[in-house]
Amino acid sequence: MALDEYKPQKGGSELETDHQFKYVGTRPDRPDGFDKVTGRARFGADMYAPGMLHAAILRSPHAHARIVRIDTSKAEAMEGVKAVVTRADFSKNVPFAPGMAGEFWNILENVMAGEKVLYDGHAVAAVAATTPLIARDALKAIEVEYEILPHVTDVDEAMKPDAPVIREGAADKSVPEGMHPNVVRYHESGHGDVEAGFAEADLVIEDHFTTEATHQGYIEPHACLATLGSDGKGELWCCTQGHWYVQKVCAALLDLETANLRVTASEIGGGFGGKTTVFIEPVALALSRKANRPVKLVMSRSEVFRATGPTASASMDIKIGMKKDGTITAAKGEFRLQGGAFPGAPMEFTAMCAFACYNLKNVHQVGYDVMTNRPKQAAYRAPGSPMAAFAVESVIDELCNRLGLDPIEVRLKNAAREGTKASYGPTFPRIGLVETLEAAKAHPHYSAPLKPGQGRGISCGFWFNHGGETSVSLALSEDGSAQVMVGTPDIGGSRASMALMAAEVLGIPFEKIRVTIADTGSLGYNEISHGSRVTYASGLATIKAAQDAVRKLRQRAADKWGIDVEAVDWVDGCAVPSGPNAGDFDPLPLAEITKNMGATGGPISGHYEATPEGAGVSFATHIVDAEVDRETGSTRVVRYTVVQDAGKAIHPTYVEGQFQGGAAQGIGWALNEEYIYGPDGRLQNPGFLDYRIPVASDLPMIDTVIVEVPNPGHPYGVRGVGETSICPPLAAIANAVSNAAGVRLRDLPMRPSRILEELEKQQGDA
Amino acid sequence: MNYYKPATFDEAIAIASGAEGITRILAGGTDVLVQMRSDIVTPDTLIDIKAIDGVKDITRAEDGGWTIGVAVCGAEISEHPDLPREWPGVVEAIGLIGSTQVQGRATPVGNLCNASPAADSVPALVAAGAEVTVQGPNGPRRVAVEDIPTGPGRTSLQKGEIITALHLPPRGKGGGDAYQRFIPRTEMDIAVVGCGVNLRVSGQVITEARMALGAVAPTVERVRGAADALVGTKLEDSALDALADLAQAACNPIDDKRGTVKFRTHLAGVYARRVAKIAYERARAAQ
Repeated sequence: MALDEYKPQKGGSELETDHQFKYVGTRPDRPDGFDKVTGRARFGADMYAPGMLHAAILRSPHAHARIVRIDTSKAEAMEGVKAVVTRADFSKNVPFAPGMAGEFWNILENVMAGEKVLYDGHAVAAVAATTPLIARDALKAIEVEYEILPHVTDVDEAMKPDAPVIREGAADKSVPEGMHPNVVRYHESGHGDVEAGFAEADLVIEDHFTTEATHQGYIEPHACLATLGSDGKGELWCCTQGHWYVQKVCAALLDLETANLRVTASEIGGGFGGKTTVFIEPVALALSRKANRPVKLVMSRSEVFRATGPTASASMDIKIGMKKDGTITAAKGEFRLQGGAFPGAPMEFTAMCAFACYNLKNVHQVGYDVMTNRPKQAAYRAPGSPMAAFAVESVIDELCNRLGLDPIEVRLKNAAREGTKASYGPTFPRIGLVETLEAAKAHPHYSAPLKPGQGRGISCGFWFNHGGETSVSLALSEDGSAQVMVGTPDIGGSRASMALMAAEVLGIPFEKIRVTIADTGSLGYNEISHGSRVTYASGLATIKAAQDAVRKLRQRAADKWGIDVEAVDWVDGCAVPSGPNAGDFDPLPLAEITKNMGATGGPISGHYEATPEGAGVSFATHIVDAEVDRETGSTRVVRYTVVQDAGKAIHPTYVEGQFQGGAAQGIGWALNEEYIYGPDGRLQNPGFLDYRIPVASDLPMIDTVIVEVPNPGHPYGVRGVGETSICPPLAAIANAVSNAAGVRLRDLPMRPSRILEELEKQQGDA
Repeated sequence: MNYYKPATFDEAIAIASGAEGITRILAGGTDVLVQMRSDIVTPDTLIDIKAIDGVKDITRAEDGGWTIGVAVCGAEISEHPDLPREWPGVVEAIGLIGSTQVQGRATPVGNLCNASPAADSVPALVAAGAEVTVQGPNGPRRVAVEDIPTGPGRTSLQKGEIITALHLPPRGKGGGDAYQRFIPRTEMDIAVVGCGVNLRVSGQVITEARMALGAVAPTVERVRGAADALVGTKLEDSALDALADLAQAACNPIDDKRGTVKFRTHLAGVYARRVAKIAYERARAAQ
């Protein structure tokens, strides 16, 4: 497609900078598309090394047990087995500390069990052998004697006085006295007087909600290739959302100098937050160091389910008071989240996001981080926020139903705006919630008639978005093309977005720019691709790095023309005199300057590094129509519309993809996905047969509306878009299903048997 | 593990008869290979029957029925010029197994021999009155499909016995069959309840009826009273009520992650009605 065919896409609101953009806002073909459709892209498991060994991990069959004895001698004696590691092969210098202060210890304990196994699937030993089959057989030769301990996998059960203690001393100082040792962190925030607020209400609804743990469900299992020599120098190829973080953690867990471990991020087959931490890389490195050979380690799907992070499950109590005119007078929430056998369930985000969409005089929220015998939770797309929205927006929907109010009007009446004191503390700068609600109200979906048996649901959602440590370099080639090196793995189309932003500044076509994800040896520190930060922070740094290069290009033109650099402008990829007084010179294109750059002062590149803090918060409003088969409890989402504020959509197709992806994952979470534990504490469904992510035929076409309320903290107005899209779906779908069924669904997933039970209860009541 | 690829069934039977430990027959491999990779079953002997003459043929039998080779995959059955018209229920049941890719490998006989109570093709085959030829050291015999599974993962096949063909009876006039299953998703799932119904009508009156249920008992369950409930009726509400009651009475399911006893039993009644109506319409249209 020729560049002049790219049509800038107008968003849902007037953006004053719209007319300035030539490349930003267009929809060029994705730069990674060819590699991915031809199989040329190299994912985690696609790397090989001479003399490479294959590793496998022995995992606990018990939910909670003391390791009495591990005997690896028979495995070590097997032909083809080159190394066996246990916890003894990792650092003894990683300190334990309560709460999140001991996160490296937590990761070490999760990567390889110490004195106890804490969940079904917890790693206890690992083998490297000449073939995958030998490695698998060697695992069977390792003898482990367990003393089985009582276990708990449910968050409410884990808080009860007689619940088994998972780890003494894991609670930090935030936890009030008298709580069970499994409660390891506590959060409380809000403002105003909620009891006085409830007294002012015409109707107060208080209800209890639960959500189950769901897995990020990325298509690519974790995989890595590790080399670590006895000289302490190593190389690691792995699929991750943040290779500098992997470098830092692995160095700590194996007593290495950070700089001596070079980490390269592979192409990534999905992350959604689940690849922001470390599971197998230190194990592969430890095996490599012991065997003195490269070691490849690839997880199976069942290992991914059993031993990598699902999100937290939640038990929540919500109380909201409303006047007859729809004004919310007070809101209160209590959120209990379990994140497995380690601190870290994102309950503070749950609490902080819960009421963030609304301008409330009186609001109070409490969060509990609870440990259970489940795998260590990992971030999953707006961690903590979707379950909060589910509980809160369900109660608002019920209030609207009972007071006979329109759900969008009520949300507009109470919506947070610029200047609102947020439920979690700060005062909002310019935000776009009202614009998403207005766009939803105006969308034909909202006024379309429903068929019998169908129901409509509305929900808003909120996510903070993040900036974080960022470093970008840009280098120009003699032929006038440019390479951009970013340190944030591309999990959502960021290479295309970076190229568009660099093209905008440099004034050269998108196709002349190649963006690569640099390894840890090629660029300064970059925080993980998380918090919807990449298009915002790496984008900002790319713009600044390109501007740095443009300044140098202008200097070369100024030198050539013999005028001051201030008298040289950069227009459409050319240096031009800034006005008639600057002199009469023909425009000097970028490629003309770079052609001779070796002789005119040397290579031209640009660089920028910072920790930008202006990530704009983002809001969305979703509209869902669902129908329920009252004989079977089966549910079908028949129409879905996502309206979200993107600030500025750099590559609108990717933005729409993020909107649709959040909705699709939300549909799975709402309807069928769940971690199912048996009475033995073992995971019953570690595979895609019984862990039901939606298949294509489960989904309707998901319509999208991009609203653009520019973020003042980014040169082009960008707000992160990757996470907000999963905040409203659980609630919007639950509201649609509840309205279709005529009963309030308070527990996720809303699997058919559960809906049928609720319908039967309704019939029983009637 | 020893792998064999015999050229005749006699050879395959000789290998199977002499084998020790665990023997598995490999046709499509969509169960066997997955179980091997998942470390669920590691056979000592693997006998690949795809090289045997005729195993990929679909042929019209002398009586007007069909003989389907044991390595004929789902996609070939779905794309056959006559089978989907004559036995739509059987064909749609086979077509529900796995994904499009799996359909290019998976065989109905494999589905039968895997002996899952939730096997989709089996209730439809039982309702259709399908049979298989079982060949062993003592020669061939014809066995009704419903007599092959004896429990989850277990069959009535004796050591050295192999199924060598699947037989569908002649369709005849006024016949119609149907299969539906309940799954939480829309595809790529395992039946919580499966239901196959096969009817014959004369005018509007049902003259023959067979029904079988999947996933509600240790094996696919033929509901033997179905004929009594339906024959002589025009599928009025009272007949449907009787059929649904019979279906529920035939249920002997378990509580597991895929559904409770109560849920499965309830669904059996719902699906008996729904599937019978489809089969009835098809039968009336086939006169």
